[in-house]
Amino acid sequence: MTEDLNPRMPQRSRIDHDQVKPRRGRSRGRKGEQLQVPEAEFRSYYGRPIIKAPVWKNPDVPLYLFLGGLAGSSSVLAAMAVATDRPTLRRAGRYVAAGGAMGGTVFLIHDLHRPSRFLHMLRVFKPTSPLSVGSWILSPFAAFATAAAGAEALRPYLGERGTGRFVQRAGDVAGVGAAVVGPALATYTAVLISNTAVPTWHEAHRHLPVLFAGSAAAAGGGFGLVAASVRDNEPAARLAVAGAVVELVTEEKMTRDLGMLADVYDKGRAKTLMTLSKACLAAGAVGAVVGRKKRWSAALSGLALMAGSALTRFGVFDAGIASANDPAHIVVPQRERIRRREEAVQAGTTPPDRHYVPAAGN
Amino acid sequence: MTNVFDAFSGTANSLYGELPDPAADAGFDPSHPKRVGFFTDTSVCIGCKACEVACKEWNLVPDDGTDASDLYRLTGMSYDNTGDLGASTWRHVAFIEDVRPHGSATTAHGGASTADVTTGHIPSGLPALGGGALPKARDAATAPPGPGGSGTGTVDLLTLLPDAGAHGQQTPDDERDVRWLMSSDVCKHCTHAGCLDNCPTGALFRTEFGTVVVQDDICNGCGYCVPSCPYGVIDVRGSDGGAHKCTLCYDRLGSGLEPACAKACPTKSIQFGDLDELQAAADARLAELHDRGVNEARLYGRDENDGVGGDGAFFLLLDEPEVYGLPPDPIVTTRDLPEMWRNAALTAVGLGVAAVAAFWKGGRR
Repeated sequence: MTEDLNPRMPQRSRIDHDQVKPRRGRSRGRKGEQLQVPEAEFRSYYGRPIIKAPVWKNPDVPLYLFLGGLAGSSSVLAAMAVATDRPTLRRAGRYVAAGGAMGGTVFLIHDLHRPSRFLHMLRVFKPTSPLSVGSWILSPFAAFATAAAGAEALRPYLGERGTGRFVQRAGDVAGVGAAVVGPALATYTAVLISNTAVPTWHEAHRHLPVLFAGSAAAAGGGFGLVAASVRDNEPAARLAVAGAVVELVTEEKMTRDLGMLADVYDKGRAKTLMTLSKACLAAGAVGAVVGRKKRWSAALSGLALMAGSALTRFGVFDAGIASANDPAHIVVPQRERIRRREEAVQAGTTPPDRHYVPAAGN
Repeated sequence: MTNVFDAFSGTANSLYGELPDPAADAGFDPSHPKRVGFFTDTSVCIGCKACEVACKEWNLVPDDGTDASDLYRLTGMSYDNTGDLGASTWRHVAFIEDVRPHGSATTAHGGASTADVTTGHIPSGLPALGGGALPKARDAATAPPGPGGSGTGTVDLLTLLPDAGAHGQQTPDDERDVRWLMSSDVCKHCTHAGCLDNCPTGALFRTEFGTVVVQDDICNGCGYCVPSCPYGVIDVRGSDGGAHKCTLCYDRLGSGLEPACAKACPTKSIQFGDLDELQAAADARLAELHDRGVNEARLYGRDENDGVGGDGAFFLLLDEPEVYGLPPDPIVTTRDLPEMWRNAALTAVGLGVAAVAAFWKGGRR
């Protein structure tokens, strides 16, 4: 895998992205002329997409990505809040972990094109399918998080003695269970989208887990800032700021390493979303550092951090759709790969691994 | 069944690399039938689309139904009004009208590189047929005419045209060279099928013939297979929400019949058979074409060491794969999956540690 990303990948200058047909749009555009432009830097079948763009629904899937991160990191905050006696942070974390897990499950099921068969997700366990693994991560997480939130909800009614005490201890144990699974829920979604043929997602498979972990930390910490008291919110602020910094740095590194594949982040809705995301994250991080000790500024900063995290997911999702619809994203990097392989063959370093003879003169 | 640990530790090439027998890797008994496939020789495709029709008829594939406002669904780009493979298009005939300024054609374009070519735009020898026995001579599985038979005994199609060199749009006029490329595309039935490995329900499975098939009664329409395919083959059908693609006529195979498209193909452009025999036939056909000077001919999906471990359905093309809408160097996405899981697990641990560390010396205030 180490050779797939070439920092010196040729930049395209003459490709008009707007000429790339949208997936279902037929009979528009000027495709017939494309083959008559010999100076174009890559060839394609009338400019049509080569791979199929994901049929995942928007906003279901990006929202699921966001909620998974939010719930995953919140569950850890809640469990640690139990250990360090921060009741408001514990309550916030437990409720949002359960809400995020349930909301995410609803969005996942709604995203299915045959929702009544959602239980088919659990008929096998396939390590080769990130969606199967994810289903098996989400299910126990949702169970633990819901149990912890249920104990939290019963606390005012049962008190801390007798049955109440037992329920609270059970809730604590369930909370620890959720906290153990939670981080996996936050990062497996990176594997989910990078284990596809979508170039912008696949080639970022080293960056996306870190990006999503940072995004999850920003979201979970952000919600802690929104919902926890000033007395309890310091760990949430720390986590959120660290997450925002990691997310901003990783996003920058990802777009650099992607080379020409990053052009989808520089245009259209993905650009708007990512720009807004960076602004929200930066503002929220600064606000969290400066204004944590005031209730209203802490809440505002938390909201900004959560918004930044969500916008990142939407931006990454949009960029992937645009990448899948752009034949240049398939042809240009793959041609470059072939060229470098042929160079290596000529240098006599590795054996040829393709049988066909490259076309003469082209 | 191959051990999961083997797949991820790289001791078995279940995710990437050369895998001679994918059916055995999927757990079939060694006595399973030989792996079958398609060899689509586009050099004899006439673009009749009989394969598209036969496939729809046999498999009861519904109307594509994408745009009711456009009655005839004309793409406006060429004689290809199907566009691409999809949930309701399991065979798709690509049609490329390749127009270039006169004299600028390269060898790959069919331009004059051999001395005696005067027509300029059609590779000499390409449409040449063995005298008389049409399908037999074209069928590379039988002995090709061979280079020794040049001249006598072969008929160049060009000489059959009304007045040599003046035939409709294929005519090179003073300003342009025109060439038509036609190719019937289909699911590649990859050795390492991204759609199959990514399917979370097990709806996609490897058959005893080494092909890849969707079980419609299992599929829950999650759509993960759609972006997993490096060729853009499989898709979710809007009308029923399930993922669909070519089954290589799994039902017909079980009865000893060849798939409908191969049966219907009038020029034997689509050849069905045991994969090893098809590969030998394709190699012979390629050598024959190269001997005739058709240097732009190349096989696509034939190499068992390529990014998907070789295709069960492979092609002989007359130009770069991307011209036909095929990725030039596809790699199955699961090649990087072990690394992805490792990265995700490490970052998950990192996230957990960071969240715990955020409480460091938090104390109470």
